[in-house]
Amino acid sequence: MALDKFGIARRIARELKDGMYVNLGIGIPTLVANYIPAGISIFLQSENGMLGMGPYPPEEEIDPDLINAGKETVTILPGGAFFDSAESFGMIRAGKVDLTVLGAMEVSENGDIANWKIPGKMVKGMGGAMDLVASARNIIVAMMHSNPKGESKLLDKCSLPLTGVGCVKKVVTELAVMDIEDGQFILRERAPGVTVEDIRSKTSGRLLVPGEVPEIVF
Amino acid sequence: MNKVYSNAMDALAGIANGSTIMLGGFGLCGIPENSIAALVKMGVNDLTCISNNAGVDDFGLGLLLKTRQIRKMISSYVGENEEFERQLLSGELEVDLVPQGTLATRIQMAGMGIPAFYTPAGYGTEIAEGKEVRDFNGKPHLMEYALHANFAIVKAWKGDSMGNLVFRKTTRNFSTSMARAGDITIAEVEELVQPGMLDPDQVHVPGIYVHRIFQGQQYEKRIERKTIKLASS
Repeated sequence: MALDKFGIARRIARELKDGMYVNLGIGIPTLVANYIPAGISIFLQSENGMLGMGPYPPEEEIDPDLINAGKETVTILPGGAFFDSAESFGMIRAGKVDLTVLGAMEVSENGDIANWKIPGKMVKGMGGAMDLVASARNIIVAMMHSNPKGESKLLDKCSLPLTGVGCVKKVVTELAVMDIEDGQFILRERAPGVTVEDIRSKTSGRLLVPGEVPEIVF
Repeated sequence: MNKVYSNAMDALAGIANGSTIMLGGFGLCGIPENSIAALVKMGVNDLTCISNNAGVDDFGLGLLLKTRQIRKMISSYVGENEEFERQLLSGELEVDLVPQGTLATRIQMAGMGIPAFYTPAGYGTEIAEGKEVRDFNGKPHLMEYALHANFAIVKAWKGDSMGNLVFRKTTRNFSTSMARAGDITIAEVEELVQPGMLDPDQVHVPGIYVHRIFQGQQYEKRIERKTIKLASS
């Protein structure tokens, strides 16, 4: 059975290692924070100017001066720090943030990502996505395997305007976990009950299947 | 020397039709509410506004969009505003979208006296068109210019009559860099204090950058997305 968005988040959470500084994008990536493995601690970076971002506040602790990059009211954990936007992107650009998890409209077999603009539709802007993908040391994309029209989002070449080139290292969808290496998607894990053929038929870009591909087990 | 003004209208004197203005804030967090209201009242138009976002329909920069006072926006993300979308699609409004980190650093560099810099953000994308590309350590970078403004308007938590500013939590965002980048910088503060009442070790923006300061009134601090922890979780 394909994973739901919580399953995708839960699988990505396994990539977290003790002491990592992590930036989580809006949507499925935000859910990753709910599945941090026991026994490790990570620091969430919010690009509007905070390290050590905590959960949503109880009603009585809401503070309009304390929001995340998604403009949601949040909290800060003990040991956290505030800073300005220039410093925030300085730490991103300098490679201090270990892992970035973000959503995408399309990913190509060489690691290009498109997630900010659909020509002919309203353009809302790239926000911090272009800075993050250009500089993060490790980038994982969390997305559905196909778009609402049923077309594959894993392509040989992105058709939408790019956010960054050759930067995505791993993609986790409702069907599969794939690494991107040497200009191809490499199938590492399958969602429970999903066959290699299902995944192959829904992947437009080059897909390497290295022998036995284990199922994701939670 | 007097930097202290009694209200927003006085502090904003000199802003004219066609001015370029930086306005601090991220979403609606830390925006100069009093100054935006005063700009609406002044009726200045043909403005170029540099701000990470464009407010919402009835608050923040959305108020200046509604009155059609903005000719051009320089922002990284403008997705929360229907009037903005209408004006953009009809060609009434010009928009320059800049990656958020590039925007922050362009403003920061203006305040540091550095005319241009190189960043990898946007290489290989449509925002790279027409920009100088140069490799450093085997990685391509785009040249980006410092971004100046006739006026920078920021909102701080506390300030003193010398113009020193202290911010609270995530309201620092673009404001501390913008305060350094304006030809004339105007700060509105929740609490205006006498010199000596701010700890010099805690000052985020030294007074040298701030030309005018006033104590704001009746901050609404509207929340864009109220998210709360459920009792059960």
